[in-house]
Amino acid sequence: MNELAAAVPWLGKRNPLAARWLIIILAITAPLVAWQFGKSWVRILDFALLYMLLAMGLNLVVGFAGLLDLGYIAFYAVGAYTFAFLASPHFDVHLPFWTILPLGAGFAAMAGIMLGFPVLRLRGDYLAIVTLGFGEIVRIFMLNLNYPVNITNGPQGINMIDPINLFGWDLSRNLQIGENFSINSLFLYYYFFLLAVAGSIVFVHRLQISRVGRAWAAMRDDELAAKAIGINTRNMKLLAFSLGATFGGLSGCLFGAFQGFVSPESFSLMESIAVLTMVVFGGMGNIAGALVGAFVLALLPEILRDVAVPLQQTLFGHVLLDPEVLRMLLLSLAMILMMLLRPAGLIPARARYSHDHHLSNKLKQEAAK
Amino acid sequence: MITLLEARNIGKRFGGLQALSDVSLTIRKGEVYGLIGPNGAGKTTFFNVLTGAYTPDGGEFVFNGSELPTGKPHKVVGRGIARTFQNIRLFRELTALENVMAGHHIRTKAGVWGVLTQNRFTREEERLTTERAYELLKYVGIERFAEVVSKNLSYGDQRRLEIARALATEPQLLALDEPAAGMNATETAQLKALIEQIRRDGITVMLIEHDVKLVMGLCDRVAVLDFGKKIAEDVPAVVQKNEAVIAAYLGGGKHAH
Repeated sequence: MNELAAAVPWLGKRNPLAARWLIIILAITAPLVAWQFGKSWVRILDFALLYMLLAMGLNLVVGFAGLLDLGYIAFYAVGAYTFAFLASPHFDVHLPFWTILPLGAGFAAMAGIMLGFPVLRLRGDYLAIVTLGFGEIVRIFMLNLNYPVNITNGPQGINMIDPINLFGWDLSRNLQIGENFSINSLFLYYYFFLLAVAGSIVFVHRLQISRVGRAWAAMRDDELAAKAIGINTRNMKLLAFSLGATFGGLSGCLFGAFQGFVSPESFSLMESIAVLTMVVFGGMGNIAGALVGAFVLALLPEILRDVAVPLQQTLFGHVLLDPEVLRMLLLSLAMILMMLLRPAGLIPARARYSHDHHLSNKLKQEAAK
Repeated sequence: MITLLEARNIGKRFGGLQALSDVSLTIRKGEVYGLIGPNGAGKTTFFNVLTGAYTPDGGEFVFNGSELPTGKPHKVVGRGIARTFQNIRLFRELTALENVMAGHHIRTKAGVWGVLTQNRFTREEERLTTERAYELLKYVGIERFAEVVSKNLSYGDQRRLEIARALATEPQLLALDEPAAGMNATETAQLKALIEQIRRDGITVMLIEHDVKLVMGLCDRVAVLDFGKKIAEDVPAVVQKNEAVIAAYLGGGKHAH
């Protein structure tokens, strides 16, 4: 939160408290503003929040622990499919939301450890290739596990997934207040996802400024030296993979429930790369960077798509470039511009790995002596 | 005198190169022990084998009366052996303070659960780690750079920081790999004072060094390696006069291959 507040232009350095409140107010009012432009924009914001969750999780693995993971979307898939299996007519199982969420996170964490073990000795490019393969394996499993026994329903995916139901409160229904005032379901999802993001900011921030965060950073900066001061790099890597995967699994569950439909094509390599781009674009290894990167890169293509299609129609009479093609084009363009203009990411703030109040208290004691 | 570390017939081969053959040596508690030899003699390999970075092909280390695990660096550190590197290896993106705090890792316990709940134990441990790290920075004399990112420190200060980080693991034996490399005369003199202070505080020091003056002035005993074999082990004054040692350093004699 401090990093995020400090990243606010102009205000951030002068008045961090005001910047902090500004962010909170913006976060709360964002869907109201989006609503003015149409319902679909609120939906896009909802997805942006899911991407933020994903980016936070991947930032843990890539940014803090320095393990380049190109198959991260596989954990998202595990979470989404767990939810689909346990809350849809597909197997006719309908477990409550609060039961599935920890299961989805747990399965994803297990998948994280499964990926982690074989790649313990790999670094850099080699690690990236193996994780990429892992991501594809998961997707291909989802695609083909419909025969001889139909588990995943193959390319058709699983439909009619139960919506999020918080102790009897169905988020997919508009909330009726009084007679003539109702809150659209998309808002309910937005605020629920916002809570999830806020929770995970606290979670990740605490991890970063701790013994665990320092061990990850140490391993990232110099693995041999990390071993030489007694860090068990094997355990720390597995921890990073499994915690990162937990985030993927959680957001996967939310995605499945929100979308009501999952299919393998949502979990392609391009999605992994998109999430990685968000982390790198925002600034690797700091929470604010991951959040801003995810927000900007989830929104920007949508905004440009909204502009690009009508623009192409007026200019050429028909649509030359498909919006999906345009999205990847824009991601690449964003990366190139970033490398040229801000090589350390949008928010290159150095991440802290220790509490400054401990040090300042200590210094005060010293001064008092 | 009590023996702290005993190396028994340590051997290590890299392909066709016998980097260490049958090296046995004994380090006593409280001494400064020098390990010298020409380039490529196997000094750093010995360090790597001792600290678990490499697994030896043969032989064993006995530390404090029981055998050391091989090939498991974190266990070796846990038993009380810390090292520094010939080419400085700090955690670049961390501040000086955080580097030393990371060094305290093995003596602390906080896990994910404690960190997430920020329970009293974790907060207390974090506070103590910070304070101890600051004390260590003061000990090596760079506390004014506590908040400086370590890659921005000067060369000499980086060397000191690396020693502070190694001390944070609370070692009984501190292994320094060429700590004076690239230092000027003033810095070397300060380093010598620091190592003497470390010894006075009860930590045994093992030292690889090329600066002969430093070695002779600082070490209680010295072992000389040449082509992976120990050719001498004694007090510096005696080793200096050893013919095999002179031959190894100046070339010629029976050691020329």
